Amino acid sequence: MNKEFVKFDKVDKSYDGKILVVKDLQLDIEEGEFVTMLGPSGSGKTTCLMMLAGFETPTHGEIYLDGKAISSIPPHKRGIGMVFQNYALFPHMTVYENLAFPLRVRKIPKDEADKKIDKALSMVSLQGFADRMPGQLSGGQQQRVAVARSLVFDPQLVLMDEPLGALDKNLRESMQYEIKHIHENIGVTVVYVTHDQSEALTMSNRIAVFNDGKVQQLSSPDELYEKPVNSFVAEFIGENNTFAGEVSDISGGKCKVKVANTEILANPISVKGKGEKTKISLRPERALINPSDKMDNIHSGKIEEVIYHGDHTRVRINVLGNDQFILKVPNSSANMDIKLGKDIKIGWNSDDARALDPK
Amino acid sequence: MSSETQKILTTDGIPLEVSLKKAERRNKIKAFLLVAPLLLFLIITYVFPIGDMLLRSIDDKMVTEMLPKTFKAMEKWDGKELPEEEVFEAFYLDFRKLVDEKREGKLSTQLNYTKNGFKSIIKKLRRKSKNFEEGNYKEQIMSVHKRWANIEYWQAIKRRAPAITGQKYLKGMDMYQNESGEIVSVAEDRRIHRILWLRTLEIAFFVTLFCFLMAYPIAHLLATLPMKYSNLLMICVLLPFWTSLLVRTASWMILLQQQGVVNDFFVGIGLVADDARPEMMYNKTGTYVAMTQILLPFMVLPLYSVMKTISPSLMRAGKSLGGTPIVAFWKVYFPLTIPGIGAGCLLCFILAIGYYITPALVGGASGTLISNQIAFHMKSTLDWSFASAMGLMLLTGVLAIYWVYNKLVGIDNIKLG
Repeated sequence: MNKEFVKFDKVDKSYDGKILVVKDLQLDIEEGEFVTMLGPSGSGKTTCLMMLAGFETPTHGEIYLDGKAISSIPPHKRGIGMVFQNYALFPHMTVYENLAFPLRVRKIPKDEADKKIDKALSMVSLQGFADRMPGQLSGGQQQRVAVARSLVFDPQLVLMDEPLGALDKNLRESMQYEIKHIHENIGVTVVYVTHDQSEALTMSNRIAVFNDGKVQQLSSPDELYEKPVNSFVAEFIGENNTFAGEVSDISGGKCKVKVANTEILANPISVKGKGEKTKISLRPERALINPSDKMDNIHSGKIEEVIYHGDHTRVRINVLGNDQFILKVPNSSANMDIKLGKDIKIGWNSDDARALDPK
Repeated sequence: MSSETQKILTTDGIPLEVSLKKAERRNKIKAFLLVAPLLLFLIITYVFPIGDMLLRSIDDKMVTEMLPKTFKAMEKWDGKELPEEEVFEAFYLDFRKLVDEKREGKLSTQLNYTKNGFKSIIKKLRRKSKNFEEGNYKEQIMSVHKRWANIEYWQAIKRRAPAITGQKYLKGMDMYQNESGEIVSVAEDRRIHRILWLRTLEIAFFVTLFCFLMAYPIAHLLATLPMKYSNLLMICVLLPFWTSLLVRTASWMILLQQQGVVNDFFVGIGLVADDARPEMMYNKTGTYVAMTQILLPFMVLPLYSVMKTISPSLMRAGKSLGGTPIVAFWKVYFPLTIPGIGAGCLLCFILAIGYYITPALVGGASGTLISNQIAFHMKSTLDWSFASAMGLMLLTGVLAIYWVYNKLVGIDNIKLG
């Protein structure tokens, strides 16, 4: 497999000559991979996708597709399939004609094209819809047609620009699995753009978290969640408890961080020495109520709020001067004594408390 | 399912249907009262005048009323030979009455429409008829002028007997009913209306075509430019609307005349010799140029409103699927603009077909349209019924175009904005 199937090499992009929307982007995508570009709006992820599709040109740097520089190749010669945010189905053509469009411009004979169209439609389970107009289809069906159309001419690479943004929650979830399965079955390389982290975590092999025109972290979903490399990623992906403090000691792969007159034992990720400011990130499910003595961080706090969620209860606790500390407590009989205003002990392992940059 | 559906009653026992009707009646009355003034206005200003025009164009009561006895006597006349004394006598009596009422002038005008040459012989008859003796009117009238002894003139009078006539419509197509009642075309050198009709269609067609060719890129630019530029461009497009039509036409006269700005420019850059300045006005060229400019907004606006709704991602999709920009435009963008093209072309063509002021001012002899002819008959010859007939023919033509358009494109496919 080609490790550098898609390669962004030192790519800059500016629209107005004043602000860089994409800064010095370095990104390699492996053949057959499902890579998601995730980030808040305005972080440059859609711009990257548009540069890859050929609708925007890099201000500086080069993009390679399968070893070839593609900056000077117009979009229609790149052979990249694309699914647009609002589907962009041709409203004056039937589903069949929509799917036939990329085949017709490639001068593929009709009987062969018909086979490909049948195959693509069955892939998204829309057999029998060939003669419908896009306007007669539901949002989810239109979405499937758009996916089928982007795949029907067997491209090596498919780009998807927030394709599920307009669907309701249930449909979005089932479409996530459907797209994931299609990707697994045909092994095409997919670059997917979204601002929905659960979507990214569900579908991707790797996720590139964008912020401020830069890739903050590029790694697999579990690593992204468990081991964020900086405060932005920790905040952006999932829920996060933070303590701001100052490193008072660092030794043996542990560091002590002074927070509100107490010291927390933490895992030094981006701190190097004493006196540095830092922000500790801790996932809510990693902190336990009534901890065993084996944990190396045990502190007492006061319950500020209890929210019942069926399978678990969210508890907001004031601990070490942070009154936004969230705990997720499974609703078992052992945990029935959680009451508002009660003082409790909570604890966590220092490995799970990651000392990141103070941003 | 049982065929007899049970009647649903409201809580107070009234059938639901009755109750619903009652509840909605008030709203219906309110809605009707709201549109009633407009309806009334439309009937008074639109339906009545057009109805009146229709009646006027076929109305021929005037002559029928002026010569009642004559037409009664003519009923028995077969029209193959000169009529009998009876007819002459009736005509004499009718005519004397008209002379007494000083209405014989109108008669001569009316009869002259049917056949040239009536004016002078009626004048002469008026003078001579004062001294007519009783009896043998045939001899006496025929002796006034030899045309009175010509059967064609009596046939012409008889043709005016019906109170309703389609003569004006025939005349509008350069045809007439000859002495034996057949419908024939007028002599070739006198066919002015056919030329005008064809020229009107030709000019309207080409003006629409030019408008379309020029408006399509403008509308596309308007729909795709960023807001601040597109607003400015929109003002430029709409500016002509805020300037008087007459002023705009007059400014074209300044530009296009032989000593005008455009010709000066051509001479200046050496394109034409000073003594061979081309005539760009008082001919078709002037009409084309001025009308295209004036009708351009009517093409731009429907096109713009349609293009505005076409998502730019559609063109992108076309390209990303492998279509060259031309293929993507032709297969994706262009078909989606057809409703706007239809609306714009229909609007331009219909407006152009009835255009009046601009061709009258810059068209000269070879650039005038049928509407100028209608105006001529309204103002100069005062043949209102003929003007009405041509007006109705124009209206019918427009409705026919509308019908054809509906058959070809479908009228619900139209989009005016």
